[in-house]
Amino acid sequence: MSPPLIETRGLSKHFGGVRAVRDIDFSLAEGELRCLIGPNGAGKSTFFKLLTGQTKPSSGSVRFRGKEISGMLAHEIARLGIGIKSQVPSVFNGLSVRENLWIAAARHQKGKAVTRAVDAKIERLALGRFVEKLVGQLAHGQRQWVELGVVLCGDPGLILLDEPAAGMTEDERGRTAELIQEINRDHPMIVVEHDMSFIRTIARRITVFDRGSILMEGDVAQVFGNQAVRDVYLGKQVAA
Amino acid sequence: MKFVITVLRSNWRLVAVGVVGVVLLIALPLLLDTYTLLQITLYAIFGILALSLAFIWGYGGILCFGHSAFFGLGAYAYAVAVINMGESTAPAVIAIVLPAALAAALGYFMFYARISDVYVGVITLTVTLIFYNVINSTAGPKYHIGDALLGGFNGMPNVPSLNVPFLPDNTLEPQNMFVLSMVLLLVVYFGLHWLLATRFGRVLVAVRENEQRVEFLGYDARLHKLVAFSIGGALAGLAGCLFVSWGNYVSPTAFSVVQSAQIIIWIMVGGAGTLLGPVFGALAISWLTVEIGTQQWVNANVILGAILLIFVLLVPRGIAPMISERLVPWLLASRRAAGLARDLSQERSA
Repeated sequence: MSPPLIETRGLSKHFGGVRAVRDIDFSLAEGELRCLIGPNGAGKSTFFKLLTGQTKPSSGSVRFRGKEISGMLAHEIARLGIGIKSQVPSVFNGLSVRENLWIAAARHQKGKAVTRAVDAKIERLALGRFVEKLVGQLAHGQRQWVELGVVLCGDPGLILLDEPAAGMTEDERGRTAELIQEINRDHPMIVVEHDMSFIRTIARRITVFDRGSILMEGDVAQVFGNQAVRDVYLGKQVAA
Repeated sequence: MKFVITVLRSNWRLVAVGVVGVVLLIALPLLLDTYTLLQITLYAIFGILALSLAFIWGYGGILCFGHSAFFGLGAYAYAVAVINMGESTAPAVIAIVLPAALAAALGYFMFYARISDVYVGVITLTVTLIFYNVINSTAGPKYHIGDALLGGFNGMPNVPSLNVPFLPDNTLEPQNMFVLSMVLLLVVYFGLHWLLATRFGRVLVAVRENEQRVEFLGYDARLHKLVAFSIGGALAGLAGCLFVSWGNYVSPTAFSVVQSAQIIIWIMVGGAGTLLGPVFGALAISWLTVEIGTQQWVNANVILGAILLIFVLLVPRGIAPMISERLVPWLLASRRAAGLARDLSQERSA
């Protein structure tokens, strides 16, 4: 078996007395599309931030392609080839769609190659209609797609998506699910999401978080058939 | 030839600025008396100062409330160095390098510590206040650097003008100062235009828009801000050097908060996020200050304050964006409407 693309060992994060993430052993293989699910406060977002360098772990390690990345700065992690899409669209609102993509592609390419990469992404994500518009003037869903394009222009070896379908209409969700599956053909991905129907459409393997630990890992049928998972989610729904 | 035309078309504004600049450069010394020419030289120097802050604030998003620290440091560095050396080549270089180094040091502590924008403003303001108070209290013979008396609140008079590099006997005449200042203004303007078109410049603007996203893409936002801030410091120092050479005099007011505020006002009036706007703002406000200084019935600062208020409330983005985004489209639209009306009437008559 090939070594994992990204791997955590005994990863923990404490905020004062609160143990948001405890002792997580997680690994993702090349080419995989993994969904992280779990009720609010289960530690998904903290775990996500530990992978991206936004938060430093209290203990444990994160290795990307065998290289220790915990404690590295966000831009250093990005340079290794990890692309990140945060929950709220994080884009350059005052710049055009094309300029947004250009900035991303120019990181690792030069001259005409940048323009070619940008044009390719515009076609792939069907952004052609509003490519000269300022991103700040676009609708929420369109901005999410622009951000996906920005992430893709960085040509990352691993893509991390935090709730990619948040705040989208039903149609936009469907389109996003298609996009994610299509992008996964050449980019391994980790997707944090808690919309179950969305997960059903995209997921192959799922990791379930609960109270800072991994509750279980398995394919869609196993996870949705599991009593413990049902309890966690039912409990949440009752509480809500 | 076709290529040349395409380039001209896509950059017609730059070409226009270049043509106007060169025409002014040649025509003004022939048309104007020395007094007016001196006045315009000062506007050109202030234009460079305006560009230095327009770059770091309008494009880098770094609001420096104490930009006069770099202007004043450049001015004093030149004055002290030229009095000691008796020749202006090295002093001019020092006047640029020293403020750039100060900006780099300050920038390192501010940007690498990830201090928020408001505190960047506070820190830069404090730095210029420190300079102002220190220099202000250096009156008397015991405060000197080499042969140069700092003079405290009296300032330093009789500072030699710039000379032709390495030829101390060839001091620049007012006409030469005008040409030098105008040429440098054009060089700085086109230089910044070029810089903003490079990857560095485009990423800098992206940092202004969203620092986190820039880092997620693998760029070091801190470094981009540091470099931009240092360039701004260097250009402000250059303006300080020219300013002293122009007036042969420097006083602590170069460091004053009023001086800092002026630069910010030039940019607010002209339009942050543009280069031409702040140059125009510097010219217009400086000219206005001189004009209203000649009348007695109302205090000049009251008028300037009123102008600032009007701009903040009614034209918050400044003159240049208003002209290019409102006035030009409106003119085009009305011309199109006129054309349409003409077509209609022709149709009717036919």
